[in-house]
Amino acid sequence: MTKSAEQTVFLSGDEALARGAYEAGVAFAASYPGTPATEILEALAQYPEVNAQWSVNEKVAYEVAFGAAIAGVRAIFSAKHVGLNVAMDPLMTSAYVGVNAGFVIVTADEPGLHSSQNEQDNRLLAKFAKMPLLEPSDPSEAKLMMPYAFSLSERLDIPVIVRLTTRVAHTKENITLGSRTCVEPRGFKPDPAKYVMVPRNAYMRHIDLEKRLLALQAEAETSAFNKMEINDPAVGIITSGVSYLYAKEAFPNASFLKLGFSFPFPEKLMREFAAKVKEVLVIEELEPFLEEELARLGIRCRARHPSWRVGELRPEDMIEVAAGRARASVEPAASRKPVMCPGCPHRGVYSVLKKMKLTVTGDIGCYTLGALAPLSAMQTCLCMGAGVTMFEGFRKVLGKNVVGIIGDGTFVHSGIAGLVNAVYNLSHGVLIILDNATTAMTGTQPHPATGLTVKGVPTKALVLEDMCKACGVDNVDIVSAYDTPAIERVLRERLDQAALSVIIARTPCKLIARTRAPQVRCNAAKCVKCYMCLNTGCPALIKGEDGLIRIDQDICVGCYVCVSTCKFGALEKGAV
Amino acid sequence: MSKVINILFCGTGGQGVLKAAEVTGVAAMCAGFHVKKSEVHGMAQRGGSVESHLRFGQQVFSPLVPKGGADILLPFHSGEEERLRGFLKPGGLNLLPFLGRAHEKGVERMFLNTYMVGVLAGHLELGREFWMQALEQEFRAKKLAENINVFLAGFGEVGA
Repeated sequence: MTKSAEQTVFLSGDEALARGAYEAGVAFAASYPGTPATEILEALAQYPEVNAQWSVNEKVAYEVAFGAAIAGVRAIFSAKHVGLNVAMDPLMTSAYVGVNAGFVIVTADEPGLHSSQNEQDNRLLAKFAKMPLLEPSDPSEAKLMMPYAFSLSERLDIPVIVRLTTRVAHTKENITLGSRTCVEPRGFKPDPAKYVMVPRNAYMRHIDLEKRLLALQAEAETSAFNKMEINDPAVGIITSGVSYLYAKEAFPNASFLKLGFSFPFPEKLMREFAAKVKEVLVIEELEPFLEEELARLGIRCRARHPSWRVGELRPEDMIEVAAGRARASVEPAASRKPVMCPGCPHRGVYSVLKKMKLTVTGDIGCYTLGALAPLSAMQTCLCMGAGVTMFEGFRKVLGKNVVGIIGDGTFVHSGIAGLVNAVYNLSHGVLIILDNATTAMTGTQPHPATGLTVKGVPTKALVLEDMCKACGVDNVDIVSAYDTPAIERVLRERLDQAALSVIIARTPCKLIARTRAPQVRCNAAKCVKCYMCLNTGCPALIKGEDGLIRIDQDICVGCYVCVSTCKFGALEKGAV
Repeated sequence: MSKVINILFCGTGGQGVLKAAEVTGVAAMCAGFHVKKSEVHGMAQRGGSVESHLRFGQQVFSPLVPKGGADILLPFHSGEEERLRGFLKPGGLNLLPFLGRAHEKGVERMFLNTYMVGVLAGHLELGREFWMQALEQEFRAKKLAENINVFLAGFGEVGA
């Protein structure tokens, strides 16, 4: 990404938003990787003027960035929708506090949950937290909104939420670059009544927040981001975000009220628009956020059928939505399931867990794919960190054939507190840390145990085995994730002990260590066609038309996990 | 509303589907069009279905190609082609036969995407200089010459 002015480049919504923040003089950025928000911080980290960091988790990121804003520089926090849940504690009270220099919160929501564990609609969170909500429809609008978001934050003393969805964050579009505005640091002036949230101060700030909300509502009424387009007065569509673009294309002649500044609700504007058209129609994704507000205002509108509250809207759905009909199919579209890469270090561990028929509480990352057939070796996945904590609950109810699984990045994000809890509360059993030395699922971002910052600067690396020992774990074993006999041996030994043990399966992700060893070959004379090897789910193993196993030489990287599963020695390491 | 060209790229993770759409998007932008390209990242990319929607014209609203609205389907995988052929508009162009041609001609897996982009270029009237600009922008200097050759091989398939 170049920085010269007046140049047009092809940027995603995430990159365009980051560029807009940069041009608005943002000086500090913190985030934790999560689809579809990851690229915002990655883009901001490219600018030397921006102090950017991957934080340990979203709560930490929020507080570090908020601290920078209170200390006097424009700051931005970004996360995926569920990431914002982790930051709820500071988020709720920061509305009371307000800001010093501008503070912007970006939530990237995922209608249709392409890579998430739920599809919560964070527009409701703006209302809950009492913060203004901006909803860009496309990358160019995301960029345009950023200088406004910072200025709004400073003028009305409030953090501002900018909400993207997947189809805004991961759409690319022509973007014209501008130059950066220099914003002088404001410095910090102590003001306990504003910055120290003890009960009396917080009570007074709550009173103040209600006043600020009225001022915000007045601003929303006249905001240039809330646009009325009066065409055919027969139907007026109230909409926001990417839904506007689908509706605009499907009904080019309709009248529109496009809400870019959607909370606090511009009530007068909504009433004015409703008076100009014969019938009001609401088109929105997920929750009936606008619909319920219209009902509260007593504005009659044609609402979506409730079935549309689930899943992503698509342009071809518009006619059905507008007609008030139900979604034709409530099932997600059939598509190829994702699989672990050839040579993925997780495959060996799951092969052993499957073989030993253990009950496994899992967590969030590439290794969540261990729940899918043919491995089917993981029985729970709830949220970040729950691989450790649900393990404790499972172990205390079901006994020793239970194992908890968590990745290295996720362990640092929110597994450590669970491990301390397990030690404190006298839990026994085995927890496995799948240490592939990166945050793989979101695109191999560094984390505290990798020894690198987002800017590629070497830093102190958190040593996972030392961390576990410091938490008070009885045994810490380190094994290669490819060495399935060793994994099985250690597991059998530790499962039987009255102790809390951590096994660290340590092998770098194939996306960062792109090494290849001699490939596997199938010895046809020894293959009995038992297909045990196919249970590993490796995409390089193919059942040929003759029933024999073939190895796709284009993708086999020589991890030899399949070799150790073959009881007949038919799968052999190839020659160098 | 002036005409918008709708192209749907599809395949599986690791085939270079997103790169192919990126090259095409940049070429269309260089040619002066408003472009929107939409796809999903994250879990979907691990060997699962990958699709990229590319639209360009004077002004583009929706980032997604509507079902039944694709002018061109560019498949990298026959199973994915089967799943998504319903996106083509009546009389739309399905480039599946060229996937077979690529296999017959022994196009290497890592160059399949560039070859198919060449085929696509042969069907679009964008101007070769814009494609060259896009290839130059999207490939590192070391790989550029090879990719241009593969692109031209794909381009040459059209009307041959």
